Amino acid sequence: MTAERFKTRSAVRHGDGAAQSAPSRARRARARRRAQLTAWGFIAPVLAYLGIFYAYPLYRNIDLSLRSYTLSSFITGDAPFAGLSNYISVVHSPTFAPALVNTAIFTFVSIAFQFAIGLALAVFFFKTFRLSGILRALFLVPWLLPLLVSASTWSWMLNSDSGIVNSFLQAVGLQPIDWLTSPKWALVAVLIANIWIGIPFNLVIMYSGLQSISPDIFEAAAIDGANGWQRFWRITFPLLRPVSAITLLLGLVYTLKVFDIIWIMTRGGPATASTTLAIWSYQLGFGSLLPDFSSAATVGNVLILIAVVFALVYIRARSRLETT
Amino acid sequence: MKRRSAWLTAVGVLVTAVMLFPVYWMINVSLTSTSNMRKSPPNLIPIDGTLQGYAVVLHQQLPYLGTSLLIGLGTVAVTLVLAAPAGYSLAKLRPRGGGVLSFVLLIAQMIPAIVMAMGFYVIYLKLGLLNTVWGLIIADSTIAVPFGVLIFTAFMSRIPNELLQAARIDGAGTMRTFLSIVVPVSRNAVVTVSLFAFLWAWSDFLFANTLDGGGGLQPITLGIYAYIGNNNQQWNAIMATAVVASIPAAVLLVVAQRYVAAGVTSGAVKD
Repeated sequence: MTAERFKTRSAVRHGDGAAQSAPSRARRARARRRAQLTAWGFIAPVLAYLGIFYAYPLYRNIDLSLRSYTLSSFITGDAPFAGLSNYISVVHSPTFAPALVNTAIFTFVSIAFQFAIGLALAVFFFKTFRLSGILRALFLVPWLLPLLVSASTWSWMLNSDSGIVNSFLQAVGLQPIDWLTSPKWALVAVLIANIWIGIPFNLVIMYSGLQSISPDIFEAAAIDGANGWQRFWRITFPLLRPVSAITLLLGLVYTLKVFDIIWIMTRGGPATASTTLAIWSYQLGFGSLLPDFSSAATVGNVLILIAVVFALVYIRARSRLETT
Repeated sequence: MKRRSAWLTAVGVLVTAVMLFPVYWMINVSLTSTSNMRKSPPNLIPIDGTLQGYAVVLHQQLPYLGTSLLIGLGTVAVTLVLAAPAGYSLAKLRPRGGGVLSFVLLIAQMIPAIVMAMGFYVIYLKLGLLNTVWGLIIADSTIAVPFGVLIFTAFMSRIPNELLQAARIDGAGTMRTFLSIVVPVSRNAVVTVSLFAFLWAWSDFLFANTLDGGGGLQPITLGIYAYIGNNNQQWNAIMATAVVASIPAAVLLVVAQRYVAAGVTSGAVKD
């Protein structure tokens, strides 16, 4: 850097025609460098933070998954390297297949319902009527409540003997259902709660998507004699496609991570009936008196891998949206 | 036309009522006396209701609420201090490689909390940060910091360059410009980010349960969890705690609804 500065200075001193612009160029380069330094100075705290509190825990997690850690390894500090054996044993575990299938069902069914209901509600609330704004605001409540609160409320509502849902079923002449304790219904129960929580998010995003469509388009369609149904499928829905894509992908990535609701309502049970990968990972690491951190970290990494695949899809979709 | 609008309002009220029924039910159960709790069918309104559950909350849960408040405010502070300068830089100072950072932040939001919890547990065990409020503030802030940077970047890139140039001509350095121009102008973004950071920290259960399971100071989510785990089936007390734990969400909705909507959409919709 000093050598460079010296060179430019000597160029100034020699002062031939070609070097005329050199000093200003050098000054500009130095200013640019200082600007870059300032720019990175503002970023430095977050960068350090990401390194310490994201990269390092992630590194430890990968490290855990490649060694066989036990509780005593934390005290003695020595855990033998195990290569990919943790991954192999996780894949061969009898819990792996149900956890993977449950994760897939939970994620896709949640998103399908959240999106469809959210979109329908967005279209509904987009019409002008009294109280529309207040009602739309009230719809945010389920999303703002702590997940633990929603999950406990749903647990009690779906309680086999004293839950309001079963009382309702009996009142209309149906059989009561063991929502949380029967293997057939546990996953459905947590799905219902999760869909309920996710609707507001979809509603708000799709509503703002609708707001970004020019009202002239609807007007023109109405003049051309399109009815409401046609207007939705021919105009609204295609115009909402970019927003929809991003909403769905965000929902996908967030739903993969869901832990609180399932853990509070069923703890992944009965047996593995509602165990997802996130639940399984927690069970292995923290759920018993004999923690198996290596296997827990391994399952966690499998979950990350799935999330990253979808994240890449998300980013591709986003950049494609930006270029068009 | 007027009649059609009234009809729509009726449908809207009905749909909202169905959606909010669980919230109503939480309040109803919180007021139900223990003797009526197992009644079948349950009382739809709290007939001979009781404040028993709330008395228990006041008696047992106040320290938990205080801890949650402390953790929430701490998380807000950490998030703002880290995210606002980074957002400013990414939006206006054009750092080389800034695009990569934005990408990393986007990816960071997708890491499951359970994975972070495991990593934090191993590290905290060594540093002695397990079961401390500080440890929990740091862990909770990891949920909010990437989101905060993205919000600040989006918001601050809309500040007109002329404003910043005027400050520079008046002799203000980058730091001075940031503190006395950019931050005050970005008040809305500050509110949005603070709101979400607080709410996420307040609602966090996974980090609390894994990193603060044996702590002397525990947040309200662990207070509720202990009730459920005890199997004492004091559902009016559980639901009363749940109602109290929902107060910040309710307050934020009333006071800052437009910021909430702004926060939800800015992540997903470009304008």
